[in-house]
Amino acid sequence: MGKMLSRPKSLKNVALSYCPGCGHGIVHRIIAECIDELSIREKTIAVAPVGCAVFAYDYFNFDVTEAPHGRPPAVATGIKRTNPDKFVFTYQGDGDIAAIGMAETMHAANRGENISIIFVNNANYGMTGGQMAPTTLIGQVTDTTPFGRNSKKEGYPIKLCELLSVLEGSIYLERVSIHNPKNIINTRKAIKKAFQCQIDGKGFSMIEVISNCPVGWSMSPLESIKWVKEVFIKSFPLGVVCDKR
Amino acid sequence: MKSFLNGNIALCKGAITAGLKSYFGYPITPQNEIPSYLSRKMIEIGRVFVQAESEIAAINMTLGAAVTGARAMTSSSSPGISLKQETISYMAGMQVPALIVNIQRGGPGLGNISGAQSDYFQAVKGGGHGDYRIIVIAPNSVQEMYETAYDAFDLAEKYRTPVMILSDGVIGQMMEPVEFNKLEKKESELSKKDWILNGCKNRKPRSVKSLFMKEGILEENNIKLQKKYKLISENEIKYELYMAEDAEVIITAYGISSRISKSAVKLARKNGIKAGLFRPRVLWPFPSKIINSLAKSNVKFLSVELTCGGQMIEDVKLALNGKSSVEFLGKTDGKLITEEEILNKLKIL
Repeated sequence: MGKMLSRPKSLKNVALSYCPGCGHGIVHRIIAECIDELSIREKTIAVAPVGCAVFAYDYFNFDVTEAPHGRPPAVATGIKRTNPDKFVFTYQGDGDIAAIGMAETMHAANRGENISIIFVNNANYGMTGGQMAPTTLIGQVTDTTPFGRNSKKEGYPIKLCELLSVLEGSIYLERVSIHNPKNIINTRKAIKKAFQCQIDGKGFSMIEVISNCPVGWSMSPLESIKWVKEVFIKSFPLGVVCDKR
Repeated sequence: MKSFLNGNIALCKGAITAGLKSYFGYPITPQNEIPSYLSRKMIEIGRVFVQAESEIAAINMTLGAAVTGARAMTSSSSPGISLKQETISYMAGMQVPALIVNIQRGGPGLGNISGAQSDYFQAVKGGGHGDYRIIVIAPNSVQEMYETAYDAFDLAEKYRTPVMILSDGVIGQMMEPVEFNKLEKKESELSKKDWILNGCKNRKPRSVKSLFMKEGILEENNIKLQKKYKLISENEIKYELYMAEDAEVIITAYGISSRISKSAVKLARKNGIKAGLFRPRVLWPFPSKIINSLAKSNVKFLSVELTCGGQMIEDVKLALNGKSSVEFLGKTDGKLITEEEILNKLKIL
């Protein structure tokens, strides 16, 4: 019997530094598979974030640049406008994209930049020790919301897909999750659609991937997956939020 | 044949002639002629212009264009340049060549919109975080705005470093005749770069970054940067001397202050004062050795700047190392220092 599955060419043969049970590895693999399938590895220029995926350039087997915290959509704008023939995507976390980088995110979408964003939402700042993120749920305990997020003091979790959907420049926005095989398959479809959207020159796309962060949430990997299913995606409903392709 | 135009437009023309591929800007006075001119011109010649949502976004777009090997530029004025400092630090750490233009205005804070020179410290000492330097060029005429913008990209690429043109609202907006004495650079003439991100076709994937987490790697990179800065310090000193040979008092001034100071030197000579001028054309690396060689016990120095407390004077003092004394004349109320004011100061030195 032949080999059924192997490491995607777009992933380097190195160990990832993510915590046990973390969802980033799954998202990395899905991206790499999509890029392989679309045969765009050799024309890809990716933008790595500041946050847990800061080492993305060590894992992806294509060109990747660094960007200051929150600025990947601006950096990607500069790359894509200067090189419209390249495939450009950013990989960002919730703090990067929806707190410090909110202006860059909104304006890249509003200009209808022909780029793709993979937004991994795990409801906390994992890299720095589990602080409150703009997407932290009401009542969720984090390093900086020890009494639980209180909407009166810390506001509400930001639903970025819905927020971007009112902008005319947004073309394809979908929220997906990776808490079980069915949803992983769906995430793969969504990311491929977003990438195809750029390849077809249709404009701005973003896929928000709801992911688990067992260490940041002080849970076992299994508990964290259960929490995604029973709590997280109740606040962040899955599905296509905008599709003007 | 000469054209009559302002410093900001001359700078655009120099950058375009040098092969500027992408410009990203945000409105702020007194540099608005730059984005305004380029918004039309760049599109007409099939290049990239984007009005960003902020100075921060503009310089990050510049970073994006530059990591792909394109000649990229952003411009702003003092408060906007403060916002760009984080990414200038990233560019230094990532070794990304790009041109940043500061048409200085009065500060601190919103200050005012007239020309000033009070961003000297920020420009030459490194306004962002970390152990880095950038090359800082200080044109003092509309002709030099054209020429330094043209040369800046070669310099940036030669050393893989951001370069800043530190000008001011006066030079940016005053009009003078300009000779377009530079040849148009074609993309094919530009040096091939072995570090840029252009897709990993027929080569290994690359990354451009300033993050060096493993033990010893950051130190290694910083030593590499320092070696580069040493090389720049040895090779890129540029200055102008005017009537300094027999001078008993030497004015040190850059940019618009050096133009006024030159007139003041002429005026002083007519009044029997043996004055001279030393003008750094590049502010970092600073021509300390040259200044030191001019220092004698019977020669006094005067630092003329559009600052209130004096900024470049500190580097002049360090260069003189006690061999000569240095005094200060400055102004920041939006008006220029006059030749007469300089003459009066020279008389009482």
